[in-house]
Amino acid sequence: MNTTEYDPQTITTRAQARLTIRRHRLVTRLTHWAWAVALFLLLLSGLQIFNAHPALYIGQQSGFAFDNGVFSIQPSRDRNGEVRGITTVLGRNFDTTGVLGVSGAKQVRAYRAFPAWLTVPSYQDLATGRVVHFFFAWVFATVYAIWFMASVINGHLRRDILPGWGDIRALPHTLTEHIRFHFDHDGRYNSLQKLSYALVLLLFFPLMILTGLTMSPGMNAAWPWLLDLFGGRQTARTIHFVVMLLLVGFFVVHLFMVFAAGPINEMRSMITGRYRLDDRHKGGNAR
Amino acid sequence: MTRLFVSRRRFMGIAGVAASTVPLAGCDMLDGLLAGDDPVRGFLASANTLTYRLQRLLIPVDRLAPEFSESEIRQGQRPNGSTDPTDPAYLALKDAEFAAYRLNVSGLVERPMQLTLDELRNMPSRTQITRHDCVEGWSCVAKWTGVPLARVLDEAGVKSDARYVVFHCFDSMSLGLAGSAAYYESIDMIDARHPQTILAYGLNGSALPVANGAPLRVRIERQLGYKMAKYIRAIEVVSDLSTIGGGRGGYWEDLGYDWYAGI
Repeated sequence: MNTTEYDPQTITTRAQARLTIRRHRLVTRLTHWAWAVALFLLLLSGLQIFNAHPALYIGQQSGFAFDNGVFSIQPSRDRNGEVRGITTVLGRNFDTTGVLGVSGAKQVRAYRAFPAWLTVPSYQDLATGRVVHFFFAWVFATVYAIWFMASVINGHLRRDILPGWGDIRALPHTLTEHIRFHFDHDGRYNSLQKLSYALVLLLFFPLMILTGLTMSPGMNAAWPWLLDLFGGRQTARTIHFVVMLLLVGFFVVHLFMVFAAGPINEMRSMITGRYRLDDRHKGGNAR
Repeated sequence: MTRLFVSRRRFMGIAGVAASTVPLAGCDMLDGLLAGDDPVRGFLASANTLTYRLQRLLIPVDRLAPEFSESEIRQGQRPNGSTDPTDPAYLALKDAEFAAYRLNVSGLVERPMQLTLDELRNMPSRTQITRHDCVEGWSCVAKWTGVPLARVLDEAGVKSDARYVVFHCFDSMSLGLAGSAAYYESIDMIDARHPQTILAYGLNGSALPVANGAPLRVRIERQLGYKMAKYIRAIEVVSDLSTIGGGRGGYWEDLGYDWYAGI
């Protein structure tokens, strides 16, 4: 290791002879938490915005007299006269009463796509949802620009994020180790981590920003190529939604791994930067 | 061998506790900060000014919104908001097929005008197939025909201190407990003079239907649908929006929506 992130100079030996390294730089930690806050509010305000027209389409426009829909969440009255929440995915209907389409207590049913506990504000308010969404969209994009520039300059991107050939070759082994709940803690990102972080940081985040801009009629005039790139405003809206789901999926796995790999150590490393290595790495990477 | 920091069983326990707190983190705890006139909401809403400035910087003044081919008109224009105004003044005009309609042009202009529909139709026209984007999220492609607003403004002669064009409408909208108010909207002079900003009297090759804003509505193709006032009664050129309606530049703006709707 000849990089500053794991500079042997920074390695300190603790009283109990456990080895800690400085794992995350300040800029990595700050951008991580800024994103965490911004993405949380972007998600909840985004679901508020989705509720204003809870249907997704492919193409430039929304089919009202023709069908180009791929997803919708609608309340629908069944044969017994009861209103059910029906979620339609690519033409298949699912009864999601209680959460999607129809939610809330029996006496005060709310007919809304996403329930009150998943939106900001909790009540139906598209105007405020948009205010929150666009404020944190600015935060998110600004933090992304800072992270990207810093990570190019300090080598974080090349060293820790971009998977190399070695990472691709190591992938089957890392995968089987993870399935067996065997986690290695040598301070470096393993090939699975690199791959998932590269996907999120270099594909999902830019996709979110660009599909978001594609929905702006002003930006359509400024950068009409956005519409060509994504195949129309409504397709961009659908991609925005799908990438949201992928990011939520990443978040679930991310939290799972933090708990599985040792929540105290992992949280400390993202707050203070210090990360404790497995004993067997004492003399290994910390040459 | 590598060691487990947390066993599977213990993990499920921790994960279960963590998952059970998720609904608590839900969203009514933020409601107070985001209500009406709370300063936090005001601060967050200032991001719209940033968006407005940046888009004005990024988008060349006369850059057109994308236009589409005839084949992409696949359905009628979806009506939204007011679709059948019941205000007496409007009903009287509608019953006579808008023969007595006059577009009132006033405010900061050299020559206040009253234009009939025939006069508007005899002015140079523009036809454009564009995509209408509703703030709710849906889009609809349609063909609009009308007179460029810039042409009407030039005939009236806009004074140098003019900053906004306000559209006053026939249709009343609910303000909840506060009763109702006439729809109105406003745009800056850049959008007012944009080549695609037209006072439309035709839709998809026919006269503009009542549901879509007959006899006259405005198209502002680089912004969202709520800016494009229907049932236009009068155009007023002003230097300040604070004395009109609720003071925020439009019916929806007075209810909390952003004045700049290019996003």
